[in-house]
Amino acid sequence: MSKDIRIKKGLNINLVGAAQPSTSKAVLSNVYAINLLDFHEMAPKMMVKVGAELKAGEPLFYNKNHKEMLFVSPVSGELVEIVRGARRKILTVKILADKTQLRLEHKPLDPEKASGDDIRAYLLKTGCWPFIKQRPYDLIANPLTTPKAIFISGYATAPLAADPDYVLAGKEAELQAAVTALGKLTPGAVHVSVGKKSNSPLTGLSGITLHRVSGPHPAGLVGTQINKIDPINKGELVWTIQPQDLVILGEALIKGVFNPERTIALVGSCVKTPQYYVTRIGAEIATFLYASGVNLDNFRVINGNVLTGSRTKPDGHLGFYNTTVSVIPEGDDYELFGWTRPVFNKISTTRALTFSWLQPNKKYDLNTNTNGEHRAFVVTGQYEKVFPFDIYPMQLLKACMVQDIDEMEQLGLYEVIPEDFSLTEFICISKQPHQKIIREGLDLLHKEIG
Amino acid sequence: MRDKRLTFKKRLHILKHHYRGNKWGPAFSAFHTFLYTPNETTHSGAHVRAADDLKRTMNTVIMALVPVLLFAMFNAGYQYYAAIDAAHGTPRELSVWGNFLTWQNFWIGIKEVLPLVIVSYGVGLLIEFIFAVIKGHEVEEGYLVTGMLVPLIIPIDTPLWMLAVAVAFGVIIGKEVFGGTGMNILNPALTIRAFLFFAYPTWMSGDKVWVHEAVQRAGTPDAISGETILGYLAQNQAHEFTYSVSDMFFGFIPGSVGETSTFLILLGGLYLIFSKIASWRIMLSAVIGALTMGLIFNGIADAGWIAEGSKFYGLMSFTFWKHLIVGGLAFGIVYMATDPVTGAQTNRGKWFYGFFIGLMSVMIRVFNPAYPEGVFLAILLMNVFAPTIDHYVVRANIRKRMRRLKTATILPKAKDEQAEKLKVETI
Repeated sequence: MSKDIRIKKGLNINLVGAAQPSTSKAVLSNVYAINLLDFHEMAPKMMVKVGAELKAGEPLFYNKNHKEMLFVSPVSGELVEIVRGARRKILTVKILADKTQLRLEHKPLDPEKASGDDIRAYLLKTGCWPFIKQRPYDLIANPLTTPKAIFISGYATAPLAADPDYVLAGKEAELQAAVTALGKLTPGAVHVSVGKKSNSPLTGLSGITLHRVSGPHPAGLVGTQINKIDPINKGELVWTIQPQDLVILGEALIKGVFNPERTIALVGSCVKTPQYYVTRIGAEIATFLYASGVNLDNFRVINGNVLTGSRTKPDGHLGFYNTTVSVIPEGDDYELFGWTRPVFNKISTTRALTFSWLQPNKKYDLNTNTNGEHRAFVVTGQYEKVFPFDIYPMQLLKACMVQDIDEMEQLGLYEVIPEDFSLTEFICISKQPHQKIIREGLDLLHKEIG
Repeated sequence: MRDKRLTFKKRLHILKHHYRGNKWGPAFSAFHTFLYTPNETTHSGAHVRAADDLKRTMNTVIMALVPVLLFAMFNAGYQYYAAIDAAHGTPRELSVWGNFLTWQNFWIGIKEVLPLVIVSYGVGLLIEFIFAVIKGHEVEEGYLVTGMLVPLIIPIDTPLWMLAVAVAFGVIIGKEVFGGTGMNILNPALTIRAFLFFAYPTWMSGDKVWVHEAVQRAGTPDAISGETILGYLAQNQAHEFTYSVSDMFFGFIPGSVGETSTFLILLGGLYLIFSKIASWRIMLSAVIGALTMGLIFNGIADAGWIAEGSKFYGLMSFTFWKHLIVGGLAFGIVYMATDPVTGAQTNRGKWFYGFFIGLMSVMIRVFNPAYPEGVFLAILLMNVFAPTIDHYVVRANIRKRMRRLKTATILPKAKDEQAEKLKVETI
């Protein structure tokens, strides 16, 4: 029995370079790296020294504020480098992979029989816990708290996102184990959403509340779905997890091993043959990027999708939460009279001599140019057209900019995380950094309210 | 550096680095970004961005104003020669191709209207540049529209020095003191118009200023009329003018430079709605507001609650929908009320904001003893109230969230001892 959610406001960004439904196994990476910037506000404490030999799944470091929360090595090998930044902050931990892979094995846990506390302890010690994120504040879930509900979005609408139906095919057992376990962690429901006509393995799971979602981006963002299903109030907590990470969770429960293997989509107009690759968290991007080939010199590699991903390089490493790697052209060139001439090759929500409204299904080859300069907020009513939340987006952004805590709370900052503002940032005429503003607002709120 | 093989684009690129951090940087950047969209790429957040920027938005409004400006230049000449003919006792019969779209008319437009445009842009942009250089920020595009609006909403014979003073006042006090484009409370173009009206009332009102040379000729044997339709109505002289509804709609009537052609304003407004630049909510609700007030006044006049000799009778009994095609109401609704910075910012607020602009415009127009026009005062007034309207709209959203809070499921946090239990032996 499923419930329907129809999102009307939004915008699909159709780009060139969607992944073809074929999967290859990426060559093994020499060096794997965990990027600590993937874990916002997490203070790590190393548990092993450079030179240590580790099995896959053995702990690397823990969270200083939650010593029970372990972060484990994705491969077996030697810890070769701890890259530190200003004030000795740890940025990256690098592991040189062994030829033969050894795994740390735990005793499998049957989620049907286990208690909530057992599951918590098990997920924490196997290194699976960091996959669970919490709202408000978009942080790794605090294991001492209990969420009112858990949300999983199996519907991807972000530009060039990996198709969850494709990558999850055949993973029913792992998914079922994971959602059964998660169900023990909350008194509320485990909400799972899929596309309207999807035949995803998620649809057959038991112990969940299934929602069928339709509509343009951001219908697939879990934040949009939370807002429509059960919005977050002040003081409430919800947890979210990506469906691909459920597979890793499920495998840990069933087999007792941390296997951070993922099917990622390599996409973007700069990729010669965009397709799926099976690789691991932390693998060097070059190991699959050049297998598909790149057709331009001046490109940007993005860990994630083009709206919310982080910038990296071909010798960078796959992020902890990423299921997509996008490669698009850099736009560091001038355009003569770009502000007035008719535009046919870019997306726009207006019709001010911009013609994307004529061909709603055309695929565009967008580059990283900002298409204009940063300005004060001037135009009103634009964000509302692509922002399906029951929230006033510009008023909330302004409250964050002036650091007005009361306004931030009242206008609904608890309900959003930066990615929910990625689409308003995309269409912003004043080219304001919405995601940064929201992140800073959340950080301030977290610091003040706790 | 001066290599001939360098393209113009590359030279400007080199110059940009030369001016970076320099106090003339903003001024150079304004010219550079006018020629070329910058090579700036995304640094944080979304890696790709939509095509629109503020320059394109402002440019769309200017494009919607160009037909109005061209018509105004012809109409300046037409009204001038028509008034002379009328003074000689041979009223003109309008013929669009015969005596309206003529070089003779256009020449008056070039002589009289173009200098207003040049002074408005010259003074305004100079001040914008000075502020940008002093404060070290970019030259923002807001004035591109303001500079075009100002010459279209003033009488044709406004002395250029007065315009220069008013523009300086409007840009500095109306906008820059608040922090520039996007921060101002009052519409800058209307602040300029209001300054002219209150600083030089004898020039800005009366029955002479609306047609070229009518003021100079007053009292001489060559005197011509310069009265507007609203002026006649305010003096209960509805029988004095012979303009047909079609004249009023297409704009072959005297008035402020660009306000007369409701037809072209309507086309401009439709283009702004189609291109999704201006708010259709404000435009529609303002029209509804104006019609509502017009109907109320018509009802009062029809019911006989007001004597025919009353000084308000002429305007009150004026058929309600005709208010939209005379005076500056249409121009104000389409181009000034829709200013996103000074208008209401929430979609629901825009309905109230627009409605009251329409309502107040007609009300002030009828009751203002000094000057039979009210749209600029009504918009300025609603500019002041727009944040209040938004406040109540946003409060409603907040109240909804507060009500929801009562049913919140706030679950207790486990005690810290629990953490010890979860901890594994490895630490």
